[in-house]
Amino acid sequence: MAFQSVLFYLFATVLVVAAARVVTARNPVHAALFLVLAFVTSAALWLLLRAEFLAITLVLVYVGAVMVLFLFVVMMLDINIDQMREGFWRYLPVGLLVAAVMVVEMWLVLRHHGLASAATHAGFTAPASNTKALGMLLYTQYAYAFELAAVILLVAIVAAIALTQRRRRDSKYQDPAAQVRVRRQDRVRLVSMPAQKREEAQSVKV
Amino acid sequence: MITLSHYLILGAILFAIAIVGIFLNRKNVIILLMSIELMLLAVNTNFVAFSNFMGNLDGQVFVFFILTVAAAESAIGLAILVVLFRNMRTINVDDINALKG
Repeated sequence: MAFQSVLFYLFATVLVVAAARVVTARNPVHAALFLVLAFVTSAALWLLLRAEFLAITLVLVYVGAVMVLFLFVVMMLDINIDQMREGFWRYLPVGLLVAAVMVVEMWLVLRHHGLASAATHAGFTAPASNTKALGMLLYTQYAYAFELAAVILLVAIVAAIALTQRRRRDSKYQDPAAQVRVRRQDRVRLVSMPAQKREEAQSVKV
Repeated sequence: MITLSHYLILGAILFAIAIVGIFLNRKNVIILLMSIELMLLAVNTNFVAFSNFMGNLDGQVFVFFILTVAAAESAIGLAILVVLFRNMRTINVDDINALKG
C-alpha cells in the first residue's frame, strides 16, 4: 500500500472518530475541542488533495477564529448539561436509521453513477503554486462573487456587534453632537440687577 | 490507490454523523451549530476532492466562498445565542417557544 493511502486511512479514521465524539460528547467544551481535531485532520486530508491554500485557511480561520469563538460562548454560558442530555438515547435509533439510509443512498449513487470513471485523470498537472492559481481565478473570473463575499463579511461584523452590544444605564459619556448643537441662550442667562450699597450687600451676604 | 470514491464516501459518512448529531442533541443549540459546521466540512471535502480529481480549480473557489459564508453564519448565530441567553437564561430549544411555532 502506498504511503499516501496509509495517510488517507489514518486521517479518515481520526476524522470519523473525532466527528462521532463531537456529537456524543457530554461536555460542550469537549465537543468543541473534538471539532478542532476534526478540522485539523481534514486540513491534512485537503493537503493530500493538493489544496494547500484552503488547508491553511481552514486551520487559520476555523481553528483560529471560529472555534475560539465557540469556546468563548460555551464557557460564557451557564449550561445545565443534564437537562440538555434528556432524550439523547430516545432519539438515537431514529438518528442512526436516517444516517444509515443516507450512507446507503450515497453508496448506491457512487456505485452505479460511475463518478469514479468520470475522473480518470487523477493527479492532474498542478500549477506550481496553488495559492497563485487560486488567486488568478478569484480575482478575474470570480471577482464579483469575491466582492459579494466581502460584503457578507461586513454585514456579519455589523450584525454580531449590534446584537451583542449592551448599553449600560449608569455609564456617563459625552455626546459631541449635542455639545456642538448647543446655542448661547441655552447656557448664558443675563440678569439685570439694581446696584446695592456696601452695608446692604454685607448684610445680605451674612 | 486512493480514488475519488474514497473521498466521497468519507464525506458521506461525515455528513451522516452530523445528521445523527442533529437528532441526538436537539436540546442544545451549541451542539446543533457544531453539527452544521461538520456538515459544511463534509461538503467542502467533496468539493476539494472533485477539484483535485477533475483537474479544475473552480471547486476550490467554491470552498473558499463556503468558508466565508460559514464563518459569517457562525458569528451571527453565536451572537444571537448570547443575546438569547442574556434574555431568557436558557438555550434549551424547548424553552424557546415565545412565538408558539
